[in-house]
Amino acid sequence: MTWLLFAMAILLLGAMAVLLLSRPDRNVSWLGAGSVVIASVLGCVPVIHVLSGGSVEPVRVPWSVPFGEFFIELDSLTAWFLFPTLLLSALSAIYGVGYLRSWQGRRSLGPIWFFYCLLVLGMMLVLLARNAVLFLIAWELMALASFFLVTFEHERESVREAGWIYFVATHLGTAFLLAFFLLLARDTGSMDFTVWAEKGVQAQGLASILFLLAIIGFGTKAGFMPLHVWLPEAHPAAPSHVSALMSGVMIKTGIYGLLRALTFLGAPPMWWGWGLIAIGLSSGVLGVLFALAQHDLKRLLAYHSVENIGIIALGLGAGLLGMSTGSSMLIVLGFGGGLLHVVNHALFKGLLFLGAGAVLHGTGTLEIDHLGGLLKRMPWTAATFLIGAVAISGLPPLNGFVSEFLIFLGAFKGGVSAGGAIAVPLFALVAGLALIGGLAAACFTKAFGIVFLGEPRSEQVSHAHEVDWTMRLPMLILAAGCVLIGLFAPVAVRSLEMVLKGITKLQPVVVTESLATATSPLTWIMMGAVAFLALLTALVLLRRGLLARRRVETDVTWGCGYAQPTSRMQYTASSFAQPLTDLFGPLLGTKKKISSPRGIFPAEAALKTTTPDISSEEMYRPLFGRINEWLSQLRWVQHGKVQLYVLYIAVTLIVLLVWELR
Amino acid sequence: MNAVSFIPLLLALTLSPLLPGVINRTKAFFAGRHGQPLLQNYFDLWKLLQKGAVYSRTTTWIFRAGPMIGLAAALTAALLMPLGKCPALLAFPADFLLFAGLLGLMRFFTVVAALDTGSSFEGMGASREVFFSALTEPALFIALATLVRQTGQLSLSTMFGQVSNAHWLHSGPVLGLVVLALMIVLLAENSRIPVDDPNTHLELTMIHEVMVLDHSGPDFAFILYTAALKLWMLGALLLGVVLPFSGGNPWLNLAMALGGMFGLAVVIGVVESVMARLRLLVVPQLLIGAGAVATVALILTLR
Repeated sequence: MTWLLFAMAILLLGAMAVLLLSRPDRNVSWLGAGSVVIASVLGCVPVIHVLSGGSVEPVRVPWSVPFGEFFIELDSLTAWFLFPTLLLSALSAIYGVGYLRSWQGRRSLGPIWFFYCLLVLGMMLVLLARNAVLFLIAWELMALASFFLVTFEHERESVREAGWIYFVATHLGTAFLLAFFLLLARDTGSMDFTVWAEKGVQAQGLASILFLLAIIGFGTKAGFMPLHVWLPEAHPAAPSHVSALMSGVMIKTGIYGLLRALTFLGAPPMWWGWGLIAIGLSSGVLGVLFALAQHDLKRLLAYHSVENIGIIALGLGAGLLGMSTGSSMLIVLGFGGGLLHVVNHALFKGLLFLGAGAVLHGTGTLEIDHLGGLLKRMPWTAATFLIGAVAISGLPPLNGFVSEFLIFLGAFKGGVSAGGAIAVPLFALVAGLALIGGLAAACFTKAFGIVFLGEPRSEQVSHAHEVDWTMRLPMLILAAGCVLIGLFAPVAVRSLEMVLKGITKLQPVVVTESLATATSPLTWIMMGAVAFLALLTALVLLRRGLLARRRVETDVTWGCGYAQPTSRMQYTASSFAQPLTDLFGPLLGTKKKISSPRGIFPAEAALKTTTPDISSEEMYRPLFGRINEWLSQLRWVQHGKVQLYVLYIAVTLIVLLVWELR
Repeated sequence: MNAVSFIPLLLALTLSPLLPGVINRTKAFFAGRHGQPLLQNYFDLWKLLQKGAVYSRTTTWIFRAGPMIGLAAALTAALLMPLGKCPALLAFPADFLLFAGLLGLMRFFTVVAALDTGSSFEGMGASREVFFSALTEPALFIALATLVRQTGQLSLSTMFGQVSNAHWLHSGPVLGLVVLALMIVLLAENSRIPVDDPNTHLELTMIHEVMVLDHSGPDFAFILYTAALKLWMLGALLLGVVLPFSGGNPWLNLAMALGGMFGLAVVIGVVESVMARLRLLVVPQLLIGAGAVATVALILTLR
């Protein structure tokens, strides 16, 4: 634990130092990034120790905050989430050094590194906290730090708007969490997570209410549909290394919170599993559909975070069903698959956001339909982005396939002979995950194919340049991670054993046994992957041998005999996705504005499509409009006179005091 | 693992290019033509392997890697596919997921290789390919789930080993619906009529053919061979359900399976001869229909 305390102290010191030393003409990036990297390395030591079966003494320090206690503990669940958090924080920080260089001189970089350090610190504390007050403070630290990071380019109107949406959404979520913690505290008379986990909630009704509160509170952070509205706004607005960190690991704190909450709530009734699978299906399918309809690369990736959170929810839902029915196989595969997907998503989504940042850095735009042909200009970015794209589509031999395989396998094994109440949600999961997989492949062939292949679709793109090594190295490491987990899946799964023992309430022996039998196919998959790579190598050599002494020419692309193609004649991202977006049009609500060509010699024609988020358009905008109207009657209370505000506080305190003395 | 388990793989590797030949001869018979030789596909492969290659200036290493990755994925998938009652070389629980994943990988790289040319024709084909495959994927998985539920087995080899006359007698409608769904998946995935017409000469109406327009020489040979293997494997998937009898003797089983495979090729040929391809706008309805049929079958097993 000393290691972790040291790491947090370094983050805090680093944050202070960059703020004090920052001046517009001075580059404090290395200082900020350096402290994050050192903190991550220090933090990883106990994390790896715990994941390999060791244990770490918790730290408890009394605290003057009412009901609060500085109580942190590193158990296997925390360690599992802490590992990707530390890894991605460090890599994104290194990337940030290069990424922020273009702002240097124009803008003081102190604040962004200050909040970056605080965000990492906040995430660490959220995962480590074992006291409700400490947890909420850390939660708020994380939310505020990320808010300031999102609004880094606050001179742009769209960024400020995105920042506000995020700010409101995260605090609405926190409100539900507050209710969740208060109800739990009232039931158990403690603010201690360990007490909650020991006692558990006995009353079935209360447990269900708590479950719903946790789903809404933590689901807002994680991005469950329809609570996801802040994701597609905030991720594109933030600087790319921050998007990577937020999408890769910060939203996972929602999943962590949900899992931690489940350990307090006792045996789950059947409908929790059903509910989580339903949420997973709607988030997964709608997330990928909205992603398909986007024109902005980072917005597309943000919707894919919703999709992947959906896949994680599917795994957890299957695990919950297993808990309700006492099927250790389903528990192990469902939770195991979901947890592995947490790490996998951190790797490939972090990678893809960093790739998108590199594209923005190299070309100045993220509009997919203006890009093209970047592979020749940015070979490293393109190759790593391709690995991320294949991985996120859940294709072998990379890591996305492994976690989806575990979830699928759980559903098939659980559904093979179960009754309808279990089999129906599990087979719905199978069908949904298959659809998600197909659509994700469609979306990422579009994202990779249109951005990196073909010819540049605009002038600025043809002058694109590759990014420097500080930005390349993190992408290469993340890509290597995707490949390694894909190829050595059995090893990755073995480290899940400790986590599953911690959260499932099964006998440790049962976990070990079920995990070993349930994941035995992974060894075969590894063999399959090796066979694939061997065959690929053989084919590469064969092709090289065949073409060695033959004529290999280059010419223009075949265009039915037309020899003067222009880059504007290429298929665009919009046209590529059009069949799918049209088919699912009723769900997407895409708006089309067409001015069709007229006359014999048409001068101009235009087509503009936008796909605004359906839940923010149909649900939140009218709802908040109504609330706003209603509350405007109270506007007279807010007049901008500070002394009167102080008076309000004093009056409230007096009223409360009287109430208490009554 | 004995010598017999290598046989499905060897048969797939050697005989798959024969399937398109059988289909073509069937179509020629219906059209009253003599038709091309049965072994035309082998001649084509041989000829293409002798040639050099022409690449577009727009293309990158993705375009060159696409056919190789596709073929490597198809060959790996062939390790997993049993032939009738004869088990595959690799059989493990949920091996069909790896099979489906490898087909997905093949498709991913065919599509990005097509986009690499920057041609709008190939972009169009790529777009249609991902569109249709996103719809066939659920149908395939639901059909597989039904088979899992029906046989209680999680691996393709044991699943097909388990299917018996009793299954067909007891729950014929379920298996019938699964066969129908798998047949549509097979036709769609292999770009056959009524989804795509392999004989079309108009780039605008092609799907699979247009994606590979720019490939030439050995690359194109790889693509042709991959397509033949894919047809063979999805045929074997269908055949596993259709052929419930076991001859008791592995050699007899193999002979039956081979007969079934070429019978299936004749059936595909007949389908292509007696019906026209559907309008592109109607194809999604067919594919969603396949999903619906498979879902009905699955619901029947949930009783």
